[in-house]
Amino acid sequence: MLRDTWVLFRHNVRVTLAQKVGIAFGALQPLLFLVLFGPIFTSIGTWETLVPGLIIQLGLMSTGLAGFGVVFERASGVLERMRVTPASRLALLLGRVLTNAVTLIIQMALLLAVAYALGLRAPLAGVLAGVALVLVLGVSLAALSYAVALTLPQELFAPVTSTAVVPLVLLSGAFLPMSMAPGWLDALSHLSPFRYPLEALRDLFHGAYATGTVALGVAVTAVFAAVSLAVGTRVFNRQNA
Amino acid sequence: MIETSGLTKTFGDVQAVAGVDITVEPGEIVGFLGPNGAGKTTTMRMLTTLLAPTSGAATVAGHDLLAEPREVRRRIGYVSQGGAVPPAAPLRGELELQGMLYGLSRERSAARTREVLALLELTGLEERVGAALSGGQRRRFDIAFALLHEPVLLFLDEPTTGLDPQSRAHLWEHVRALRAERGMTVFLTTHYLDEADALCDRLLIIDHGRIVAEGTPAGLKSGGRTLDQVFLDITGRSLREEVPA
Repeated sequence: MLRDTWVLFRHNVRVTLAQKVGIAFGALQPLLFLVLFGPIFTSIGTWETLVPGLIIQLGLMSTGLAGFGVVFERASGVLERMRVTPASRLALLLGRVLTNAVTLIIQMALLLAVAYALGLRAPLAGVLAGVALVLVLGVSLAALSYAVALTLPQELFAPVTSTAVVPLVLLSGAFLPMSMAPGWLDALSHLSPFRYPLEALRDLFHGAYATGTVALGVAVTAVFAAVSLAVGTRVFNRQNA
Repeated sequence: MIETSGLTKTFGDVQAVAGVDITVEPGEIVGFLGPNGAGKTTTMRMLTTLLAPTSGAATVAGHDLLAEPREVRRRIGYVSQGGAVPPAAPLRGELELQGMLYGLSRERSAARTREVLALLELTGLEERVGAALSGGQRRRFDIAFALLHEPVLLFLDEPTTGLDPQSRAHLWEHVRALRAERGMTVFLTTHYLDEADALCDRLLIIDHGRIVAEGTPAGLKSGGRTLDQVFLDITGRSLREEVPA
């Protein structure tokens, strides 16, 4: 299984890296927020508060829409062609999900480089811990995205997921912290699993590591990862997917 | 090579396959005929491990379908009705990946890719993407993907649907050569009676999820009937009308 995961991962990474424009385009929205909204935000807040929000936005958009690729692979018969090989179905999922993680790493590096140029001064340890947390989140989201792509009718995937991402980003408090929101919206945002890793990320970017917020963010991310990977594997394993 | 007993598949309230008993000997080319919705593709997807049977048992390429699906997959090739060629990726890389997913080393997969390209007269087209190929070429690439691991048994689902007459005849020659030169067993579904007649040693006719007739094309046609008439007599339906546009 590890060998098949590696074979598929290497192939997909090579194909993905050839599409440099696609990778940059996936990071464009958070980059625009960084450059055109960041200077306004930092007149009342800090880069260390804003950038974690944009990283969550990037993670949701980049990996949340990852299922798009498998929609095409299903339509063209590529997925079924791989499903009649002895390669395990879990390897077919992991090889794809890990490729999405590589894309996300490159996009985060791009976003963070621009953020540093604009004035972000987060400690390296905090940033690395944050990146690691977002990668776990991204891999889980990608697995969930594949499950959705294999379950929904093909033409519904793009409208459904691109619409679903918007409230998820807003409710996580990506652009402005939920502490500024009215009570009902703050309460509602507690339902978004992405609020917790985001707040953990803000602590980490401010150099606060051993906080309850960080612990909660890690815990919620771990539960989310377990559930998403279980769902993704189940759907990928399903005989008639 | 294939031995099934009482294979069934039920989707909700619909019984797509109602108890199929099939025997296919090594080296045979067997045609599986039936109107749309008769259970052809469902049966084939069960025999290729893509769909779990509701009940029944089968041995495919020497291994139990339910107990050892991966051993079955190692030994069979499957060409689905919809094809397997991605529109935008260069095909050599895709073939080499497929070979490695079949367990071949990178070098072996590259060598087998060159061999199947030559075998199917596709050499020179391997750096193209799927969208730049003709229908007949795409279909041969579909088959190439299924031959990389040298299967002993090849499943072809509607292999020539949508192809022009020349490409169809060309593909038949390739299928005959696979049996003649490699001793491969071929199990194919088709809508075309001329294809069944010209290519197959033996035919199985399925209707409403059951095998309703079987025999050689010549045997089924005995008494001077055409296969069309045979089919109409058995199923009460004409196969001709069922050919998709």
